[in-house]
Amino acid sequence: MLIKLTGGAVYDPASGIDGAKQDIYIQDGRIVDKPSGDFQVDKEYDLKGKVVMSGAIDMHTHIGGGKGNIARTLLPEDHRADPVARTDITRSGCGHAMPSTFVTGYRYAEMGYTAGFEPAVLPINARQAHMEMADIPILDKGGYVLLGSDDYLLRMLTAKKDQKAINDYVAFTMQAAKAIGVKVVNPGGISAFKFNQRKLELDEQNSHYGVTPREILKSLATAVKELGITHPLHVHGCNLGVPGNMNTTLDTIQGIGGLPMHLTHIQFHSYGTEGDFKFSSGAAQIAEAVNKNKNITIDVGQILFGQTVTASGDNMRQHANHKHASPNKWVTMDIECDAGCGVVPFKYKDKNFVNALQWAIGLETFLLVDDPWRIFLTTDHPNGAPFTSYPHLIRLLMDRSFRNDVLSTIHPEAQKMTTLASIEREYSLQEIAIMTRAGAARLIGLQDRGGLSPGNWADITVYTDNADRQLMFEKPDYVFKDGELVVVDGKVIHTKWGTTHVVKPDFDASLEKDLQKYFDRFLTMKLGNFKISDDEITEDGRGSLTVHPLKGDVA
Amino acid sequence: MAEITEVPSPFCGIGTDDLTIQVDGVSLKVVENGCAVNSPAFEQAITDTRPRVDGKDVSLDAAVAKAAALLKNTNQPVIGGCATDVNGMRALLALADRSGAVVDNMNFTGARNNFLALQDSGWMNTTLAEVKNRCDLLLVVGIDLEGFSPRFFERYLWNKESMFMDDTAKREVIYLGKAPSGTASTSPDGQTALVFECANEDLPDVVAVLRALVKGNPIRVDSVGGIAVADLQGIADKLKAASYSVVTWAAGALAYSQAELTVQTISEMVKDINDRNTRSSGLPLGGKEGDQTANQVCGWTTGYPARTRFSSGYPEYDPFLNDANALLANGEADALVWVQAFNVKAVPPVTALPTIVIGRSGMTFAKEPDVFIPVGTPGIDHVGHAYRMDNVVAIRLKKLRESGLSSTSDVLNAIEQAL
Repeated sequence: MLIKLTGGAVYDPASGIDGAKQDIYIQDGRIVDKPSGDFQVDKEYDLKGKVVMSGAIDMHTHIGGGKGNIARTLLPEDHRADPVARTDITRSGCGHAMPSTFVTGYRYAEMGYTAGFEPAVLPINARQAHMEMADIPILDKGGYVLLGSDDYLLRMLTAKKDQKAINDYVAFTMQAAKAIGVKVVNPGGISAFKFNQRKLELDEQNSHYGVTPREILKSLATAVKELGITHPLHVHGCNLGVPGNMNTTLDTIQGIGGLPMHLTHIQFHSYGTEGDFKFSSGAAQIAEAVNKNKNITIDVGQILFGQTVTASGDNMRQHANHKHASPNKWVTMDIECDAGCGVVPFKYKDKNFVNALQWAIGLETFLLVDDPWRIFLTTDHPNGAPFTSYPHLIRLLMDRSFRNDVLSTIHPEAQKMTTLASIEREYSLQEIAIMTRAGAARLIGLQDRGGLSPGNWADITVYTDNADRQLMFEKPDYVFKDGELVVVDGKVIHTKWGTTHVVKPDFDASLEKDLQKYFDRFLTMKLGNFKISDDEITEDGRGSLTVHPLKGDVA
Repeated sequence: MAEITEVPSPFCGIGTDDLTIQVDGVSLKVVENGCAVNSPAFEQAITDTRPRVDGKDVSLDAAVAKAAALLKNTNQPVIGGCATDVNGMRALLALADRSGAVVDNMNFTGARNNFLALQDSGWMNTTLAEVKNRCDLLLVVGIDLEGFSPRFFERYLWNKESMFMDDTAKREVIYLGKAPSGTASTSPDGQTALVFECANEDLPDVVAVLRALVKGNPIRVDSVGGIAVADLQGIADKLKAASYSVVTWAAGALAYSQAELTVQTISEMVKDINDRNTRSSGLPLGGKEGDQTANQVCGWTTGYPARTRFSSGYPEYDPFLNDANALLANGEADALVWVQAFNVKAVPPVTALPTIVIGRSGMTFAKEPDVFIPVGTPGIDHVGHAYRMDNVVAIRLKKLRESGLSSTSDVLNAIEQAL
């Protein structure tokens, strides 16, 4: 079947097209060149006056894994307020802060998203992450495997194993957990919490291992680079949420020595200690450092006001933050000599000084970082806000008068502590397309996604241009996934199953001998039972694996 | 005859995956690392291989068609048992969604003690590998741990080596409530567990006093539930002095009214210890025969644990009103689907309602159900996934033999399609 999308204004940063009127042809799931000679179009969509982008990609969203399911279980009252009934083609479920898997897929698709990446896949919990993501319809998905507080790596660092050995272990774990990236959360801090350390500075030693977060970051960032993994080490830094942590973040940027590094939900790591409340914005300094250091990418982790739930691997910081839990119930877990997690419900309030300033810090960050290819639109779903708030966030970025209207309603002391009112920048459609499409695909290393040139998979979103950008991005006219029309007028009309994106870096097989001994001595599972087989993703007939090349691979 | 090693068990809840099993045709024998729970569960013989309708052998298609016909015009079907693997639960929830059924895991009334506490105040918990490497004090509340899980001590406490302890035999074990039934809790050095017994119904008071003592609150009585307050003070002191204490309980063993308050007191006590400059964690026991699996899959599919109804077209959770037994007893249901792929003894409640059983081959009935479809067992007859007690770890179940029995998911998917 040949599909033609006729006359839309195409925003395709991957091929440098910025709003030009172009036709797009789709065949067998992919975008193709206009056929030569005589040809018959089987289905044509008239897109005059419409805006065409590739399907959006959320490069950091907690959509799969144990902590998300704890968050769900913890908040039945939140689900009750947003029940989702089944239809002839969709399953029932629940929405709001931490939606059920099926509803996650539908609601992302209904906003024009066609892929989401779970950023905190614990190796020992990777099966669950993939099983949950396997029940998210329509979207493509993938995960970043979490290392850095696992005892095996910390033992290697204490034993001063060479970089090659670290690389082998990272590659093994990526394969075993079916990952496309590597994440580190509060490097070494999750382990330190198990030894009763309650904070861990960048140069502070884990009391048992004598290893510092800085050393862990260096070794993992080096491994990711040397293995040729496209996605840079994905870093949730030290001291999340602590006033003054901007200095830790600046130090982290300097300390990585030019290695590629992605700093995630940087809003939570951009706090100063000025002012009457000893809490201030560090966004300007952080943005300046990001602008200057081309090896650094960030996503924001914008907070938006309302009820949500925070779910993180950082049990050290989540334990410290539990006093802000709203409603007052929370969970932390120490997990399998591997990692941990903490789940704390939050209600961000515009009349609360700290929350109001967090909101402004996130927006300042978006507006002060120059290069849209190195900054990504996230709320760290659900930690800053549920992903369903993205259209509102896009309007805040694209519409200065709307932004200033909202600013004028927040806590007055927070208004005084932010430069937001004076920032004139408004994001363009092309810049939004970079942040949510082309840039994200490039950052993760997705082949044939995130662009609209021939050869790409036909993940395409069509919007009606509207000065109210929230309305525009809430309700696409059409969404195509792999060439199949799945959404019309913001409603799912057809469902399908996306693929799971992975990389498969090589490692020296002799590593497994030592790992096997380690598993037998100290862990609770046989090494052979730990590794996730390809079958586990594909055997139900719905899932598939897409392996992406490493840097240096010949395509 | 073949021998399969490193076999994981879905039966014991603690995720043992070191079993060696001899396969001779369709009969299995656990030849290494068996235990009183796992060996009989693996060795259970296959009896029925043919589905039955009204007691007569029929084809699978005919049984599926009959099941669909029985469900077709119901107003409130109930799906009980819910004891199967991840794919089985996926299919079960799809069927429930389509038929507007109530889904109720057979162990939910016990698990409810945990869910109510979790959903009211939360907890700080740990997993088995952390216990194996860190635990220096294990407090066992209200359960005979080795009866529950015969290999717990061997695998997770008396392990020869640990990463963070020089000598695991120096670990201390304290029983509060129930006494151990055997000697598994005795350390390799011969150190026996401290045991403070009390009646089940005194546990709420005993645990409340222990928490008060941990917090340093004064207690005006000398004993509670027959246990000297001085002894409880000793436990409190040990909990505060330990580097990484672990407090374990089994929600289902706290079989008295409002036992969720006991779970809550234990969990809040663990939080209190963590505010006193040391670490402590809870460890809820469970995970047998798919109960964690049911709650996990229902959790991500609906947002709620596995006592959820679909009769309004969307999931509604109620840990009391959606109790299958109550619905049957009150005449609020008009059909029963019983799904139990692990345990032939876990038969459906007897009811006059149309009854469809998707059960492990070998199940026998006091009253023949309208439809019986024998299915294979996850981890024996087909591959699958099951959650361990600590909820974080899903184990990959192996296929050990070629029995020809269908999987739960195949059967339930077929019934859903037929609807």
